Amino acid sequence: MAAGQQWVLVEMVQAFYEAPAYHLILEGILILWIIRLLFSKTYKLQERSDLTEKEKEELIEEWQPEPLVPLVSKDHPSLSYDVVTGPPSHRIIVNGKECINFASFNFLGLLDSERVKLKALSSLKKYGVGTCGPRGFYGTFDVHLELEERLAKFMRTEEAIIYSYGFATIASAIPAYSKRGDIVFVDEAACFSIQKGLQASRSFVKYFKHNDMEDLERLLKEQEIEDQKNPRKARVIRRFIVVEGLYINAADICPLPELVKLKYKYKVRIFLEESMSFGVLGEHGRGVTEHFGVNIDDIDLISANMENALASIGGFCCGRSFVIDHQRLSGQGYCFSASLPPMLASAAIEALNIMEEDPGIFRVLQDKCKHMHKALQGTPGLKTVGEPLTPALHLQLENSTGSRTNDLKLLRAIVDYSLDRQIALTLARYLDKEERFLPPPSIRVVVTVEQTQEEMEKAAQCIREAAVKILK
Amino acid sequence: SESVRSDGSFNESLRNTSHQLVITEICFKSKCYFRNEINVQKNDKGDCFHQPRVRGEDSFEEAPMYVAVLTYMNYGIVILFGYFRDFLRAVGLEKCHQAQEREEQKDFVPLYQDFENFYKRNLYTRVRDNWNRPICSLPGPVFDIMERVSDDYNWTFRLTGRTVENVINMGSYNYLGFAENNVDLLKTVAEETRQYGVGVCSTRQELGNLSIHEKLERLVAEFLGVESAMAFGMGFATNSMNIPALVGKGCLILSDELNHTSLILGARLSGATIRVFKHNNMQSLEKMLKEAICSGQPRTHRTWKKILIMVEGIYSMEGSLVRLPEILELKKKYKAYLYLDEAHSIGAVGPIGRGVTEHFGVDPNEVDVLMGTFTKSFGAAGGYIAGKKELVDYLRSHSHSAVYATAMSPPVVEQIIRAIKCIMGVDGTTEGQRRVRQLAENTRYLRSRLKKMGFIIYGNQDSPVVPLLLYLPGKVGAFSRAMLKRKIGVVVVGFPATPITEARARFCVSAAHTREMLDKVLQSLDELGDYIKVKFSRHRSSYRPELYDETDFELDS
Repeated sequence: MAAGQQWVLVEMVQAFYEAPAYHLILEGILILWIIRLLFSKTYKLQERSDLTEKEKEELIEEWQPEPLVPLVSKDHPSLSYDVVTGPPSHRIIVNGKECINFASFNFLGLLDSERVKLKALSSLKKYGVGTCGPRGFYGTFDVHLELEERLAKFMRTEEAIIYSYGFATIASAIPAYSKRGDIVFVDEAACFSIQKGLQASRSFVKYFKHNDMEDLERLLKEQEIEDQKNPRKARVIRRFIVVEGLYINAADICPLPELVKLKYKYKVRIFLEESMSFGVLGEHGRGVTEHFGVNIDDIDLISANMENALASIGGFCCGRSFVIDHQRLSGQGYCFSASLPPMLASAAIEALNIMEEDPGIFRVLQDKCKHMHKALQGTPGLKTVGEPLTPALHLQLENSTGSRTNDLKLLRAIVDYSLDRQIALTLARYLDKEERFLPPPSIRVVVTVEQTQEEMEKAAQCIREAAVKILK
Repeated sequence: SESVRSDGSFNESLRNTSHQLVITEICFKSKCYFRNEINVQKNDKGDCFHQPRVRGEDSFEEAPMYVAVLTYMNYGIVILFGYFRDFLRAVGLEKCHQAQEREEQKDFVPLYQDFENFYKRNLYTRVRDNWNRPICSLPGPVFDIMERVSDDYNWTFRLTGRTVENVINMGSYNYLGFAENNVDLLKTVAEETRQYGVGVCSTRQELGNLSIHEKLERLVAEFLGVESAMAFGMGFATNSMNIPALVGKGCLILSDELNHTSLILGARLSGATIRVFKHNNMQSLEKMLKEAICSGQPRTHRTWKKILIMVEGIYSMEGSLVRLPEILELKKKYKAYLYLDEAHSIGAVGPIGRGVTEHFGVDPNEVDVLMGTFTKSFGAAGGYIAGKKELVDYLRSHSHSAVYATAMSPPVVEQIIRAIKCIMGVDGTTEGQRRVRQLAENTRYLRSRLKKMGFIIYGNQDSPVVPLLLYLPGKVGAFSRAMLKRKIGVVVVGFPATPITEARARFCVSAAHTREMLDKVLQSLDELGDYIKVKFSRHRSSYRPELYDETDFELDS
């Protein structure tokens, strides 16, 4: 065996000597080719820019960035703010004119409440103004704990968590739960802070038509079919419905009982934004759950700000501890921001006291809302958008001029006309380019308990006059 | 009558403003005087601490190798135990204290993924008592902590009703001591509360634009030495709601790796491309700038619309100062824009408290966007953006905050006005400047003493944020508890706020701290440092290389 092998080797060497030169050269080239193929990269890992230093410098020299911000023309409608001197309470001085306030969300008139002010003052005396730290790092004060407890008790939920800024509340809460890959079903009329929360969550967002439960169910069904195709994936995709109790942009109430039915049918959690309905709807001002008599435990998370009815600053979320407690480590606006100044928390506590002591106040507000809604009906050229129970109505043009700028100018003229006649109104402001579904231009009319019947009549009359004069 | 009164106060405020202008002029003229004074003072005392230098060095001393090994082992043990206890919970041998899902919703997709909660359940809960400690007094140099106990191993806490009084506060961002409740000092704040109440109930663009907001904005611009400023109700939101107004798709953001969450969120919401450069590393930044301009946007290779560099003045977890002069050089060379977040540095550094621009002797107008908060040095709440008039005008019409968020609370506004006036000396006292100097002195004192004791201290010598490295997660809890026992409240931070091996304690120096307080803290630290063995320093040079030589830039000497 060994001898045989040796013989083969000898023969191979002999064949090598006998082979013609061109053959050897060819083989040699082929072998080199193979080696080259073995050691060279088959593809370029990254495109190398073979620019010389000089070329680079030229490129840098040539590059001209856009200006940091485009120039805003001096007459930009949202550049010149109306200036309020003195407190923005029932009687308000706008641009030097004393008016009755039909624009601030001070629904319960708690902004001017002596009791609230006194409580804030005594808190100021004890704690100073700022907290100088986030909740985690000695920014938790006894008043924060008290306010959370009181809010939870008021809303009849297990736990509440407060934020130092109303806008940041729902905008932080949504991304604390809904992550990349999760699905959120959202009403088209959802307010801007919900939109920002959704954007931060990087979840998959599906919009349904405003308050259209059929459209929502259609989307849920679509998702159900999708889930059946891929049940393994479906088991980890969280789903949420995000709605507002009383829509700030549409001034109407969400059909909560239907939403709860859909929730259990399709196993989707509900997040409810109640900034406009907290302290407004329901017998005790608990919001839209009380309004419909829905069990509050059926709503996974309720968020609201304390800047409207409570007339303080900040916001809160409430619900079951299982849900809410998660935000204490995952709510970005909670963890990474200084906590609410104690005097503002104290003011909110006192406002809650007033709400609890005098639940009749909600009835008064609701009656006034209805009255105002009725009084504004039939204003020529303007349609009243919103339900009778809402404290912040929209007046939209019946016939648009076709251009948003011109529409806004017309409405602004009505606002100015009213301002001259002691009625303070405001345009509803939006960022035209940022809104997902931009609402039509409108004037906001806010009802508060402080407004008397006569004042409301006067406001309605004034708006009517203005409309007749300006819209012709 | 009300209208007359309000008009009166408005006129008065106008008069005040013109008055301020004059005084500020004097103030600026006397800038040199203040600087000299600091030097003189130091020399007089024959102080052994570092001479004030315009450019301080950031130090990041490396821990000995065995510390890193022990830290990983420490985590390993806790994680193993965690798995073991999770097993016990699963088989029902250990009671699970965590809040549970409702019965009705058990068949929903779980709200949390299990591994998300592993860290919280098994690591954080063990040391949970060191955070969220409730206090029941002013967050001044000393405060009262509400005693709480846990009956279920930190799952829930129960307040005992007792308070731990006069704990030295080393945790609050009360740099200039404006967290105070002196009735005389807060007189104007109380007046505003009486007049306005606490809320506003409307947004700036609707009917929430009060004259005091405008007064504040004029004052902030004047204080910072720039054309214009706008104030917002929350510091976090100032970043996250305004960055999207400045940049968008087709723009590039170059962000320091240690930037605060609010900056990161703002960048993310803007839709711009984000690239992260190494902390304070100018070579890394320059390389990225060069690369970005030369190769343009990914795939399309279109040129970038604009490039925004985002940095902080003082980094809140590292105590390091931004390398502002170098960044300004780079920014000019590559035509990028600069967004400077002065959350921790405004009021806290600079000879007269104007922040890092003044510290480095740089014209604040060279920074495109100056951002800062009122929460820290000014003892209030909120934030501002300042710069050129065009920038602020654009924000007035396009900031998310101006359109959708409720305006700032009037008493809070008054507190900021009061604090700024005090720092500027417009109130007719030198108290503000005394505090600025006191803070600088306290900072150097604490830092140098700690270094001498052999602790590893991160950051710049002039930064009032003083991180003391503890490394091992086990020592984090022990340290904080032992300090509280000695009546000193400290902040400790670990993963995920810091790299996993670099858990630390963080002290925030305040001008309100007296020498006695600092000495007590130092003495306790000295004893405790030996007891729990956290004096890791071997005075070795940094592992984070100093990439630019000190001598590269000749600046204001």
